[in-house]
Amino acid sequence: MSNTNNEFKRGLRDAIPICLGYLAVSFAFGIQASEAGLSVFQASFMSLANVTSAGQFSSLDLIKNNAAYAEMALLQFVVNLRYMLMSTALSQKLSHKESTLRRCLVAYGVTDEIFGLSVTTKGRLYPEYSYGLIVCSVFGWILGTFLGACAGQLMPHRLISALGMAIYGMFLAIIIPDSKENKVILAVVISAMVLSTIFTYAPVLKDISSGFRIIIVTVVVALTAAYFAPRSEEVAEDA
Amino acid sequence: MHNIYLYILVMALVTYLIRMLPLTLIRNEIKSKYIKSFLYYVPYATLAAMTFPAILHASDDVRASAMGFLVALILSYRKKSLLTVAACACIVVFVAELFLV
Repeated sequence: MSNTNNEFKRGLRDAIPICLGYLAVSFAFGIQASEAGLSVFQASFMSLANVTSAGQFSSLDLIKNNAAYAEMALLQFVVNLRYMLMSTALSQKLSHKESTLRRCLVAYGVTDEIFGLSVTTKGRLYPEYSYGLIVCSVFGWILGTFLGACAGQLMPHRLISALGMAIYGMFLAIIIPDSKENKVILAVVISAMVLSTIFTYAPVLKDISSGFRIIIVTVVVALTAAYFAPRSEEVAEDA
Repeated sequence: MHNIYLYILVMALVTYLIRMLPLTLIRNEIKSKYIKSFLYYVPYATLAAMTFPAILHASDDVRASAMGFLVALILSYRKKSLLTVAACACIVVFVAELFLV
């Protein structure tokens, strides 16, 4: 019991940087959510129910445009598909004896950052450690959303305009360092940006909604990369 | 007009299933290197497509956004943290807009 208690506390402590980072990013999300017409409660509830930065930011566009529920489902599926790979990797770090319930609780908090800490922890992953990470991180995620959604209506427009850059800065900080190390990833990133630009401005193509644009570009680029540059076993192990 | 709570529930359901199914169902390692590779490349393609060209219209002024983009590129290339890159991009855009807008 004391061992699991320690794991929980270790998780809480390790997640403090994630909590602070989430505060800033979800603050920007709260502002944009309130600009998109969501109430403070709706924005906070979305953060509690989803805990996904890219998924939540991209959903605002669809909500504003009154998109179909199926399009929303498909967009979330593609934008969050990376969690499938992360969950798959985490399933290998858990003991075979872990119950389905405990696996379901760990699943709630699979994000890029929490995954990063969980998968690099030494030896087995104890669900209590994940619970600690999740409680601390999600607290920051919801609090930031709440504050952003409240302040969004009070803050000067100039400041909101600048904070709109936050999420893109974060995305670049995730993809650029790996592009530097790996030529295929660099090619994937550049091709996706070029294709997405063509889909945004070219006649006919520009009429496709932003949700489907992301879906099409992702599937085309990732499939092409997987076909022409499949990763070898040893390299995949490192990832 | 669609219901916002239904949107949120649809999002939450899809996102949770993506996270939960592999953790509960997959007990053995995925063998296909093509599926593994595809899943590996997905986040890079998605985040890149979401970032560009949308980042150019993230603020009120395209020139300010472009400067923010450039600064974010340089800092992330130097492996600065998520928080540093995001904050600096915002500050650059804020200052640039003071002069441009």
